[in-house]
Amino acid sequence: MGINLEEQFQQKIDQEIKIEPKDWMPQKYRHTLIRQISQHAHSEVVGMLPEGNWISRAPSLKRKAILLAKIQDEAGHGLYLYSAAETLGISRDEMYEQLHSGKAKYSSIFNYPTLTWADMGAIGWLVDGAAILNQVPLCRTSYGPYARAMIRVCKEESFHQRQGFESLLVLSKGTEDQKRMCQEAINRWWWPCLMMFGPPDDQSPNTIQSMQWKIKRFSNDELRQKFVNMIAEQIKILGMTLPDPDLEWNEETMQYDFGKINWEELKQVIQGNGPCNKERMDARRKAWNDGEWVRDAANAYAAKHSKQL
Amino acid sequence: MKTFIRKFFYGDYGEEKNTASEHNPSRQTINEWPLWEVFIRSKQGLDHKHVGSLHAADATMAMENARDVYTRRNEGISIWIVESKNIHANNPDDADALFDPANDKIYRHPSFYELPDELKHM
Amino acid sequence: MTTKEIQNPLINFLLHLGDNALILGHRNSEWCGHGPVLEQDIALTNIALDQIGQARNFYQYAAKLISETSGEKITEDSIAYLRDGWDFKNCLLTELPNGHWGQTVLKQFLIAAYQYYLYQVLEKNSEEQLSAIATKSLKEISYHLRWSSEWVIRLGDGTDDSKQKILDALEIVWPYTNELTNFTDYEIEIIGDTYKNIKDNWIEKVYVVLTEAGLEIPSTVYNHNGGKQGNHTEHLGYILTEMQFLQRAYPNSEW
Repeated sequence: MGINLEEQFQQKIDQEIKIEPKDWMPQKYRHTLIRQISQHAHSEVVGMLPEGNWISRAPSLKRKAILLAKIQDEAGHGLYLYSAAETLGISRDEMYEQLHSGKAKYSSIFNYPTLTWADMGAIGWLVDGAAILNQVPLCRTSYGPYARAMIRVCKEESFHQRQGFESLLVLSKGTEDQKRMCQEAINRWWWPCLMMFGPPDDQSPNTIQSMQWKIKRFSNDELRQKFVNMIAEQIKILGMTLPDPDLEWNEETMQYDFGKINWEELKQVIQGNGPCNKERMDARRKAWNDGEWVRDAANAYAAKHSKQL
Repeated sequence: MKTFIRKFFYGDYGEEKNTASEHNPSRQTINEWPLWEVFIRSKQGLDHKHVGSLHAADATMAMENARDVYTRRNEGISIWIVESKNIHANNPDDADALFDPANDKIYRHPSFYELPDELKHM
Repeated sequence: MTTKEIQNPLINFLLHLGDNALILGHRNSEWCGHGPVLEQDIALTNIALDQIGQARNFYQYAAKLISETSGEKITEDSIAYLRDGWDFKNCLLTELPNGHWGQTVLKQFLIAAYQYYLYQVLEKNSEEQLSAIATKSLKEISYHLRWSSEWVIRLGDGTDDSKQKILDALEIVWPYTNELTNFTDYEIEIIGDTYKNIKDNWIEKVYVVLTEAGLEIPSTVYNHNGGKQGNHTEHLGYILTEMQFLQRAYPNSEW
């Protein structure tokens, strides 16, 4: 009977029939999804912090509004994703607990500091650019609520990358200081962005099963290569360079070759030893703990009034 | 088959053994604001469509949260919210009995009827 | 630049309205990423975005008027980023630190209630541009008022702890509320004697909401004033230091 259900399940996946919350699914599919969706949601929410640093210092009212709207979108994306994970039988508060206790991971990229204004542009262009490559195929992922959340996310995300590039473009045409700011931000974010796609395929234990279940549709290395190809072209418009002497167009593979990634660094960041891991987690825990009395009060009020509209 | 309607949380997964109860909800989870489903009419003349969910302590807050979360880009002109626990859904195991019987009633569809080409506006 | 010497009441009034919106929006934006729950983080950021948008509208109009009279090229950004504290005409209440969530929503409520009645008057003003900005802003402010009143009531009528916290916040912010409806010459010049109605309506609204929240209006003996004339609390200097850093460090740059 169990085998039968599993076969039927795989058949549905193979026929591109979406799995919906109440459908039967293998335990491991459910757990993989909870892990992946909640990590994704945590990344959105933690990802608000490095950019949030610069809301108060944005250099013009227009940039301030754009940055604020963008970071707010990330809160929204976190919310859509938490909701998708909740359909699998885990509560948002439980996911928060996993994040706050350090049990759940989030994207390594958000453990790097935002040191200048140009980092806002670099995050939009590179980090969001990398995220979009991951997210677009996820709009067709096999689990219905996840796919629907990703469609909504992708619709909103496209402005994020564009505003980032445009902001760098202005800097690249600006004063010497601004050009330096721009180049240094690109230098600092480039390698962490490549790491963000995750370990190489031969060291990524989850990839094969996830591909079979169509939770993931491209491997880490495929997406990483796609990203390099894309950015290596786009950077020409900025008149800036990528900090990789080995970056070169390969006529045979019709791809860009690129240098060795420092996987030890990624390992350290994931283990909690990145430059800002502690600050990010402290900020999340503080927001959660400081908000507890507020959430309790709203519950108490609702219980007293059970208000109708 | 005695009952066609069973009560499910949106997102509940029916026959699964390993349910949320195995997560040992903590105090905070017990105090979590309830989950609501949001339905939005994107423009006059269209149906309300399910767009997602959110948490809110009460209906007033849920309505405002829906506005703040789901209509930031002019996505809607009217909002419905329903507390998720009030949504009833059919058991997926009953799907065959519920929906397959409609399969062979092809005469319910206009394309079933072959009519002469000269006949217009029908 | 400085706007300290400007005598034109309309320009001063526009600067005052813009400064109120910008400084409060700036404060509210500090919550982005740190709210008590995601949905409310998003809600308060929406309010901050509305306020920054309002500030831009008032500043753009003021910039046009200042440029016309001075011949200098003034923009919304030179107004926001290149003036010193003494040029800012925002009410002191807008610059007070956020404190906890309760203090933030209380500040927001007290100001939104004031703006709600003020903008209804502005909407009818004969200055077309001013009236148009007020009409647009009023829709936003109606929502801010509704959202913040509900939070004040929820916290006042929530748990013992939340009630105590909102009471503490009320003690802190109340002495700064009189300034809202303590109208200056440049305001009266533009709105005429309707200012008396604004004051009455504001106090009535505050009374109704605080009563529903189970709170009482504190009896203060002293009120803080001065923001509307450029005499601020120590907090504004820090806000400007942070906000204006890039424009000051890298002058004459495009961003």
